Amino acid sequence: MGPMQVDEQDVDDKQKRAASVKSAVDKFQLVPEFLKVRGLVKQHLDSFNYFINTGIKKIVRANDRLVSTVDPSIYVWFKDVRIGQPSEIVSGVSEKITPQMCRLSDTTYYAPILVDIEYTTLGSRSEKTIMQKKNATIGKMPIMLRSCCCVLYGKDEAELGRLGECPLDPGGYFIIKGTEKVLLIQEQLSKNRIIIDTDKKGNINASVTSSTELVKSKTVIQMEKGKVYLILNQFVKKIPIMVVLKAMGMESDQEVVQMVGRDPRFSALLLPSIEECASLDIYTREKASEFLEGKVKRSTFGSPSNQEGRALAILRDVFLANVPVSNNNFRPKCLYVGVMLRRMMEAMLNKDAMDDKDYVGNKRLELSGQLVSLLFEDLFKTLITEAQKAIDITLGRPSRASRFDPTSSVLNKDIITHGLRRTLSTGNFDVKRFKMHRKGMTQVLARLSFIGSLGHMTRISPQFEKSRKVSGPRALQPSQWGMLCPCDTPEGEACGLVKNLALMTHVTTDEEEGPLISLCYCLGVEDLEVLSAEELHTPYSFLVIFNGLILGKHRRPQHFSNVMRKLRRAGKIGEFVSIFVHEKQRCVYIASDGGRVCRPLVIADKGISRIKEHHMKELLDGVRTFDDFLRDGLIEYLDVNEENNALIALYEGEGTPDTTHIEIEPFTILGVCAGLIPYPHHNQSPRNTYQLCRMDTLLYLLVYPQRPLLTTRTIELVGYDKLGAGQNATVAVMSYSGYDIEDAIVMNKSSLDRGFGRCIVLKKYSAIRQKYENGALDRILRPDRTGPGAERVQILDDDGIASPGEIIRPNDIYVNKETPLETGGPINSSADPKDCKYRSAKQTYKGPEGETCVVDRVALCADELSNLSIKLIIRHTRRPEVGDKFSSRHGQKGVCGTIIQQEDFPFSERGICPDLIMNPHGFPSRMTVGKMIELLGGKAGVSCGRFHYGSAFGEPSGHADRVETISETLVKHGFSYSGKDFLYSGITGSPLQAYIFMGPIYYQKLKHMVLDKMHARGSGPRVMLTRQPTEGRARNGGLRVGEMERDCLIAYGASMLIFERLMISSDPFEVQVCRVCGLLGYYNHKLKAGICSTCKNGNNISTMKLPYACKLLIQELQSMNIVPRLKLAEA
Amino acid sequence: MAAAQEEKREEKKFLIWDLPDVPDKLPPHLEFARTRVQCNLDAPVHTESITYSGAYASMRVDNSVQLDFFQENFRVEVKRLTKDDMEVDLIGIDPSIANAFRRILIAELPTMAIEKVFIANNTSVIQDEVLAHRLGLIPIAVDPRLFEYISENDSPNEKNTIVFKLHAHCKRGEPRLTVKTKDLIWLPNGSEYLLEGQNPDSSSSSKPKTYTSFSCSQDSLPEFANNPISTLPDITIARLGPGQEIEFEAHAVKGMGKTHAKWSPVATAWYRMLPEVVLLEDVEDKDAEALVKACPVKVFDIEDIGNGKKKAKVTRPRSCTLCRECLRVGEEWEKRVSLRRVKDHFIFTIESTGALPPEVLFTEAVKILENKCERVFSELS
Repeated sequence: MGPMQVDEQDVDDKQKRAASVKSAVDKFQLVPEFLKVRGLVKQHLDSFNYFINTGIKKIVRANDRLVSTVDPSIYVWFKDVRIGQPSEIVSGVSEKITPQMCRLSDTTYYAPILVDIEYTTLGSRSEKTIMQKKNATIGKMPIMLRSCCCVLYGKDEAELGRLGECPLDPGGYFIIKGTEKVLLIQEQLSKNRIIIDTDKKGNINASVTSSTELVKSKTVIQMEKGKVYLILNQFVKKIPIMVVLKAMGMESDQEVVQMVGRDPRFSALLLPSIEECASLDIYTREKASEFLEGKVKRSTFGSPSNQEGRALAILRDVFLANVPVSNNNFRPKCLYVGVMLRRMMEAMLNKDAMDDKDYVGNKRLELSGQLVSLLFEDLFKTLITEAQKAIDITLGRPSRASRFDPTSSVLNKDIITHGLRRTLSTGNFDVKRFKMHRKGMTQVLARLSFIGSLGHMTRISPQFEKSRKVSGPRALQPSQWGMLCPCDTPEGEACGLVKNLALMTHVTTDEEEGPLISLCYCLGVEDLEVLSAEELHTPYSFLVIFNGLILGKHRRPQHFSNVMRKLRRAGKIGEFVSIFVHEKQRCVYIASDGGRVCRPLVIADKGISRIKEHHMKELLDGVRTFDDFLRDGLIEYLDVNEENNALIALYEGEGTPDTTHIEIEPFTILGVCAGLIPYPHHNQSPRNTYQLCRMDTLLYLLVYPQRPLLTTRTIELVGYDKLGAGQNATVAVMSYSGYDIEDAIVMNKSSLDRGFGRCIVLKKYSAIRQKYENGALDRILRPDRTGPGAERVQILDDDGIASPGEIIRPNDIYVNKETPLETGGPINSSADPKDCKYRSAKQTYKGPEGETCVVDRVALCADELSNLSIKLIIRHTRRPEVGDKFSSRHGQKGVCGTIIQQEDFPFSERGICPDLIMNPHGFPSRMTVGKMIELLGGKAGVSCGRFHYGSAFGEPSGHADRVETISETLVKHGFSYSGKDFLYSGITGSPLQAYIFMGPIYYQKLKHMVLDKMHARGSGPRVMLTRQPTEGRARNGGLRVGEMERDCLIAYGASMLIFERLMISSDPFEVQVCRVCGLLGYYNHKLKAGICSTCKNGNNISTMKLPYACKLLIQELQSMNIVPRLKLAEA
Repeated sequence: MAAAQEEKREEKKFLIWDLPDVPDKLPPHLEFARTRVQCNLDAPVHTESITYSGAYASMRVDNSVQLDFFQENFRVEVKRLTKDDMEVDLIGIDPSIANAFRRILIAELPTMAIEKVFIANNTSVIQDEVLAHRLGLIPIAVDPRLFEYISENDSPNEKNTIVFKLHAHCKRGEPRLTVKTKDLIWLPNGSEYLLEGQNPDSSSSSKPKTYTSFSCSQDSLPEFANNPISTLPDITIARLGPGQEIEFEAHAVKGMGKTHAKWSPVATAWYRMLPEVVLLEDVEDKDAEALVKACPVKVFDIEDIGNGKKKAKVTRPRSCTLCRECLRVGEEWEKRVSLRRVKDHFIFTIESTGALPPEVLFTEAVKILENKCERVFSELS
């Protein structure tokens, strides 16, 4: 009886727990609300909008005056800047453009950058007038789709449809020359922060990458052999840190020791450095400056007079550039160095104090807005300097034209337009000003499938190059939780480096610093200025560090941070400001900089959620929005650092009195793509990763797409149920026919007949009607339907272009074009175009034989040079065949092994015949339990008529159906609880000797299709030079008998076969060899005899066969003065 | 009741020396294995059919099929017959014969289906080849026996081709138009599209050449005179947006399901063996209730056996779907309930697509099997 009771208790317990979970508020509804507010690619849009609305103005304001050095009264003052409407100037008239127009006509989707300027002009009698000009264009800015200055912004479905845009398309990319380009999110180490780590030699480094609007520099303080040095690019050698401190005015060694901390362990560590400084005989500021002066890197250009006093300037402007120096007061910098030293010493004494570079809190994500702003800044500065040069040259010229308008050198220049366009289209960021040389920053948006392109836009490109063989940055960081998807990373060399954002991640943008700083001082932060060195590290008070800048100290850090957080929750300061109390470093970090990742969490008081049932009800009723939750202090954003101060409960019921936050929904730790996998938490984790890699290779266009029977919440949120990429196939897990080994699947021919896996492949062909230098033009002719070659012009319309809906076969002409013979020379407008001579330049279709392709669409448009460009989209509908690749959603790919008639397929007692058969050996080693649950859930779904859910970690909150309830449903509808059916063999008619696991699984067709890879040839094209067959499928090449194959044939002794393969089938050639001199002769067709050109006779000529490549080698050797002679023997 | 007891007796252990010296029938366990599939919880056993005549020769039992015995025992019972589906019990045959019927029904019974589509205009979103594929799958309600197969060099005529045309246009400003199969118009005179290179005016004397060469109108033939050829009316072909138009002509020919599933006359045809559910021991009271509750398809009922006692009873074995829940009522329930399938009793279901009524399909299938047998005989002799 005993154990029974325990059991019952257990059951009771479970029920109670289940009940408590149920009673908890279902916060799921917040996720769609969040995504409604933010969209799926909001990080890109936000960042770009920030740049358009704020960033660009800041940049222009920082460089707003262009003053001539020759005549300072001549100036151009940029008063304001804004981005106009996307438009293009067509013959002088500005015309609005839409993204679809740009895609079709291969142009760039951009908008003019408009400035308001004030400038002086010189009149004809050198009188100066101050002029104003509004809305002058200085260049064109590529516009991100769906950003605030895009024409699609705020449009509803019908309007989007009218603009030729898909309502489900998320935007977030650019259109450059007709191709869609994504600026990948760039991962970087955070700027202006002290990072302590070790270098390759094991020396401890404290480094700061400073970045201000003016300077970008990297400062490293290094401990080498017990002594501390400064490494700075502007100095030739390492500089002892004590010298630097002395040069900055901290002459007293005692003060330095105080600043680091009077703990004897610290002073002991500092002693060698102090001694070194003493041994250098440097005690005063002047001496130190003198010493530094000798170490400054002399730049090759620049006047020598300029170089005096450079050391101090470097210390002021470059060294720790993020710490401002006002009135030559170096004290903040000294204290900053003190903090750096202190942190280094701590790290030496205690390895735990070392910073982790891979920690997500130490990273910043650079988004398209920041990257574009960087580019723009560089180009704008270039524009100004160029303009200044031009103005100076004109003004300096003694005999200049009477009137002068400085704006001519600023306005309507192509520097910015071309610079932006070039960089975005190549993806090579080459910004010398900021020492930035990176390649592959933009990629063509993957449009194979909807989800693929979404995934593309949440992708984060790594800071390291992929080839590095390091494990650290590739490992899954615990701090990635909830911010970056743990599953979504590619296989192979970029594994773990390329990451993806999670569903609810937000990337911050910069926030105004000034008000926050003064707020800190108001809340009791003691200014650094009033602190002595000794007080820098006194216990019982914490340093307050704002965006990497030391503000001062605070006695009650906990109180201070609580107040700050309260202000944030009340909406008084930005919701993305993070306040983080670092107990170990005794610091309070406040951050408002851009690029931090953060995510929303529900605030809990003593473990009790602030969100109550009525809040959610209001949300459902539409009275409350996500922003209301934020404003009412129910939800807040935490970044990775602040998460360390929070105790986050996964579910409401799990809260303890210490709990400060509660997760909104567990499945939001996954990204957009990973959310499509049902029951991912039941799978072996690499399987999910494989599946995500596969998302990229999904097919082109499915003829009958279906929505998965087993969905997840993410699928609904993302809209995958509207744009499915697969079909629900009834799968029987059994072995059949032996054509199913190694993950191959057996398919039912009738299913294929009825449309399973049918897909459409689209290919684009284009032709341009070119305009030439001399004004001549390509012409497109009406086809001649009677003459020879009439069968090749069948598909042409009377306009000479293939008409849509026609079946196109290889060698068919799709554009009947002719080009003029003379294209160069001066413009010859008077001449009648009929006089021109033309040669035929027919565009022929070179598709594979035996495929019936159809011309789907024909688009005519003008490209950037206003040439007529003709685009044909050619469509091919394919039915699955043996060798085509299919995949379920669990990383289980397989090729179609064979196609079997329906009557041979097994059938169940209800007459159900599977669509495909999968071998059960796919399961044990892969451990994809999620797939089995998908089958069960799908089967229950079809029998009860309700879509079942399989959201990640969704069982406790009811977003995933439990196997028990699924089994109950199955039983209720007369199936076995296990999903196994009693099947009859279709061949013998007897029942099978096992029950078969059968049900629907969502299958996707992948783009790898046999038709694209199949290749064989008999005779075919040859390479000109060697006369050997060409290489590769694209060139209809031969299949090479390589070295190893040759070895095998040699070993086998198949000499005739070698002879055939290597010569007869390759490049046989007949040569005339002179038996006397051994050189090659030639065959004289008149005399019908071989002649040796060296011996000048034809007496001793033999004819023999050689590979042409051998003859070529002989002649090439001869041409470099090496004479190979052939000695012939009787065969 | 009596049958169940008899079953029980059979199941009892027997001793080998109790058996008669010269057996006149198989020992019960072998007889059971020969005639029943035992569906255990883990897997079904005795699934194979024993057809070899000498399988039990060592026991001096002849296993060969006796014609008179077969004639006596073979029964066909039609259980359900509607316009497009049928359930029929075939009793007393081997699974291979039942399977042969199933296979013939699916793959070898000819029907008419659209094979060629001449698209004159298609401005809808649906691609030509997809439209053609959809048209192919439309069942055509016509007796295929009235038509002949068309071979490659045959010209399409009234004996082998049915022509339909469709012209649908959704005018601008109107809501979306759903084109259904009822919009297909049968052209008894054959194609209306002229062959290329034909001048419509010049050939006034003779009939202009079209894609078909009908010698007479199909509706003049007696079989179609009062019975125009049609398709099932309510299948969606395409949906047209405003301004879109579809115009085509479709030619249906005779074919077989093994070439393409569109020619299969059945949606599906299958059989199952007759379920047999036996309670091996009395299931009473609580257990009985649990058993009745466990079965989702109500195979069991409760019977009052007086003095307040209840007993489970198998009342509807035919509805068993083999969910095996009754074997999972509790531990060791496999010993109390036995799920079986009778090996020579087939519940055969035919779901017709609508070309022919299901009963005709079945008789046609029998004819085809007959023909095949005759062919074998003639080849052998």
